[in-house]
Amino acid sequence: MLDDFLNQFLPSTVGGLVFGSIYALIALGYTMVYGVLRLINFAHSEIFMIGTFTSLVVITAIAPASPLTGFALFGVMLLIILLSAAISGGAAVLLELVAYRPLRKKGATRLTALISAIGASLFLQELFALVIIPWLTGKPGRNQQSAPRIVDRDTVFSIGNAAIRTDHIIVIVAAVIMMIALDRVVNRTKIGRGIRATAQDPEAAVLMGVSIDNIVRVTFLLGGAMAGVAGALYLMEFENTVFNVGFVLGIKAFTAAVLGGIGNLRGALLGGIVLGLIENWGAIFLGSEWKDVIAFTVLVVVLMFRPTGILGESLQKARA
Amino acid sequence: MSGARLGRVLALAAASSLVLAACAGGGGGGGDAGGEVTSVKIGFMGDLTGENSAIVIPPRNGAKMAIDEYNAKSPKVKIELVPYDSQGKPDQATSLITKAVTQDKIVGLIGPAFSGESKAIGGQLEESKLPSVSPSATNPGLAQNGWTYWHRVVANDDDQGPGIAEFLVKAKAPKKAFVLSDDQEYSVGLADAVAKSFESAGVTVERDKFAKDASDYSSTVTKVAASKPDVIVFGGYYAQAGRLLKQLRDGGVTATFASGDGSLDQQLVTGAGAQAAEGAVLACPCNIPSADVTGPLKEFFDKYKASAGADPAIYATEGYDAATAFIKAVEAGNTTGEKINEYLKTISFEGVSKPIKFKANGEPENNAIFVYQVKGGVLKLLGPAEEAKLEG
Amino acid sequence: MKGNGVTGNANPLRRVGALVDGARDWWEHAKVWQRYLVYLGAIVFALILPAPWIGTFMSPGSDWTTVLIYPIGTYILLAVGLNVVVGQAGLLDLGFVAFFAIGGYSVAYFATQYGWNYWATVAFGILLAAVSGVILGAPTLRLRGDYLAIVTLGFGEIVRITANNTDEIGGARGITNVPHPPDIPGVVEFALLPAPYYYLMLIAIILVIIFSVRLQKSRVGRAWAAIREDEDAAELMGVPTFKFKLLAFAIGAMIGGLAGGMYAGKAVFIEPNTFPFILSATILAAVVLGGSGNLPGVMLGAFVIAWLPERFREVEWLKTALGGKDPAEFRILLFGGVLVLMMALRPEGLLPSRRRKAELHEGTGGMGTMGAEVPGPDTDVTTTEAAK
Repeated sequence: MLDDFLNQFLPSTVGGLVFGSIYALIALGYTMVYGVLRLINFAHSEIFMIGTFTSLVVITAIAPASPLTGFALFGVMLLIILLSAAISGGAAVLLELVAYRPLRKKGATRLTALISAIGASLFLQELFALVIIPWLTGKPGRNQQSAPRIVDRDTVFSIGNAAIRTDHIIVIVAAVIMMIALDRVVNRTKIGRGIRATAQDPEAAVLMGVSIDNIVRVTFLLGGAMAGVAGALYLMEFENTVFNVGFVLGIKAFTAAVLGGIGNLRGALLGGIVLGLIENWGAIFLGSEWKDVIAFTVLVVVLMFRPTGILGESLQKARA
Repeated sequence: MSGARLGRVLALAAASSLVLAACAGGGGGGGDAGGEVTSVKIGFMGDLTGENSAIVIPPRNGAKMAIDEYNAKSPKVKIELVPYDSQGKPDQATSLITKAVTQDKIVGLIGPAFSGESKAIGGQLEESKLPSVSPSATNPGLAQNGWTYWHRVVANDDDQGPGIAEFLVKAKAPKKAFVLSDDQEYSVGLADAVAKSFESAGVTVERDKFAKDASDYSSTVTKVAASKPDVIVFGGYYAQAGRLLKQLRDGGVTATFASGDGSLDQQLVTGAGAQAAEGAVLACPCNIPSADVTGPLKEFFDKYKASAGADPAIYATEGYDAATAFIKAVEAGNTTGEKINEYLKTISFEGVSKPIKFKANGEPENNAIFVYQVKGGVLKLLGPAEEAKLEG
Repeated sequence: MKGNGVTGNANPLRRVGALVDGARDWWEHAKVWQRYLVYLGAIVFALILPAPWIGTFMSPGSDWTTVLIYPIGTYILLAVGLNVVVGQAGLLDLGFVAFFAIGGYSVAYFATQYGWNYWATVAFGILLAAVSGVILGAPTLRLRGDYLAIVTLGFGEIVRITANNTDEIGGARGITNVPHPPDIPGVVEFALLPAPYYYLMLIAIILVIIFSVRLQKSRVGRAWAAIREDEDAAELMGVPTFKFKLLAFAIGAMIGGLAGGMYAGKAVFIEPNTFPFILSATILAAVVLGGSGNLPGVMLGAFVIAWLPERFREVEWLKTALGGKDPAEFRILLFGGVLVLMMALRPEGLLPSRRRKAELHEGTGGMGTMGAEVPGPDTDVTTTEAAK
């Protein structure tokens, strides 16, 4: 057992870091929306799904004969990341407009909003399965769709028996850059100050001249864009996607957000990475089928001792 | 038949006598009592519109083709094929079979296609004396319920598992095997059978399992890479098999990869990528004719293509054979569930997929396993497991 | 019913709302014998519901009585149970299906492995569900609403995955040949025919409703209402909030366990996939759609959510409109769309209780409002007035 652990520890860590980065990117969207609206945006997982399909379509259209390298690779990665971010961000704004804004104007309860979110989630999944995916790919919408390879799986360097491949580096580096960028936007810009102010006290923010509708829109845009980036990285790494790809991933990402301290950007990052690592480490001992149980158990245990997550709540104190 | 029906009506009346509504279900008893029977209904149940309909549409087409051919001969008793779309869900199957028995009054059922729904309604089939022949449910446990009205025309996973394992032992002489599965019933059952068979052949076996909706298999790949097996067998469906195979190859694992009937689909190749999928071995109790076959299979191939508008796919021949079994029973003058069931016990004919004959527990006598391999990005039939030779 | 000035309104649901309010006014002032007449009417209606002539319209595609048991009856039972937790105590539970699973597995496991009597297994399942409700609730009920939501969601998944990975209870194979309830000789026989199960289910639903109504009107019910409206205030007034929250959890779990036991006795076969997360979400949607906190509303919501998707399968004009495609394929799409639309048009649900409706408009009501909620120019005040 200990032998297994030593043997598998480093490769598992690499896998956990890569997938944890994707968790973290998705978790950012949950955490921002929650911080501002106190809403579990259940349909966020579908925003991620839209991101994977955007990248799928772009990569299929480019259809490189062999994996790319150098400048071409950089260009294509940038293209799919930006396009997926744009489309997912747009979809998130649209989602807010259709499914949440009418409720917000009525001052509906969060429970009502949650049901609306679940409805929107189901609607988007089925819309893709029945209409959009067949239209985009010409294949049955419930089938898994595959994209050609754009990044070769070359080992760049090794740490012990863990091979670090090009694709691993791209995922981790891209995720870190995106998170730093988001952190800058929220903490250093005027719109970011608006977001933090609204999260802290919406009524006071309005009195100070903040346009709530604007802030909510930007929040969804930024959160959606992060999910889009996650979608692009996911597709590059796994090269497959399906209409309900976001479902399990979304639940886990939300768990990551709560684990780190919901409403807290750095908490989402930490929660995502911790979740990815713990799942993989636990799987060494218990078997991979217990990953989800490990994740949820860790969540319950952490919440029992730190009821507001590892780093604590609140977007306004994101710098703390 | 009238006796059984009367009994049912009586039971029903008794059941509902405590309330006003003695009329729930089973209203129209004895509509076809007396007179010549000129047509009977046979049901087809399976996932016709859901996620796994790709495995069920071909046997449906095969069954339809057999019955259309039969009706075209203007026989004394015509057969009407009634489709029941269970979506593969046990609950749906339960309510559909009640309707099929009480309202549509079918006398035989082709299906259910999957094992879960078969388990859910097997008891009901037994209670209502309705014979069934499944073209594709491969769970071994199904034959162990003491059911006398249930049959299938495919070998079960307990035959399939050893079929794969023995074939690999013969072809590759492995010392160490890694057996994987996801957490679905079919997957676990097949993997268990494979592992047992490997162990009795003296091959060391290691195992791992993952959730069916997981997308990152890095922990599984790590385990496999650390164990350095000679062969890897995955019990499960093509969606997971494709993802798994890709990640295994990306993770530097080069051992031979094998799987069962659930992965026997072109989508395995698209999911894994042609390069990663190359050389993968697949075993199946099914016989899928390809364009280059000869003899009766060729005839089937052409007729199927003409009627269904596509090449025969998984379980098409088995669907045809299941329907043929019922057709032969009806031709012999049996028009009730009980009579047809008696006839099925003695039936023996040369089917398209294999010779058809049932054991007392409903299993097919012939449990042939066929081996396929991915070559140049397509699945090729290598032949029955005893004769097949692995290339490369 | 007096006209109350909503006629000019464009929202057709609002007119329905006025009708509902009228009916409720009548109900509140109805005499005891009038109320019992209504109860009797409802029971007679439920008794004749499985009749084939109703079934041919309600579910032409499958057996109506079977559909009445699952999903309709089972959903109603589950929704009444979840209503105790969500509607009455105001706790958000996203893993209610776990208790349904525990009840079902108790019947399947103890009946097949140890040959226990069906009723004993049901009773034990209810007990087991209650105990697990307490075990889950004790450490987590101190958490705030949304944390509770994610923890319960996690619990539901833990139960399902553990069942899936534990060979002792069948693993992914599930448990086959679960015995039916024992026959009562000469009176009723539980076999293939669905009717006896339907009446059994009906008895269970009636008992649970009586239980739930008694609770709501008792000290416990008032305590729950206080917790739901303002937990801190309730605590200050001397309500032991934690104890009552735990009680709500346990009682909801018991009803969920009962539903599981009933289900397993009919279904003969259960497997972990019978208890997916989406079922928890569906039952929650039923509760909210119907009118959280109001029993007739909750039951109506469960009925609609269970029945509509079945019915979509067989709508002829939909088939032609979709160009021959099976409308069944589109039912989840429609379901999702209807949820979003309903929440936007009538967030308080189809048949809300007046008290809950008032709470909602005050923005309290258990989980509170969304943040960033600032009254805009089109804030809806007319509904509040119309309700008066």
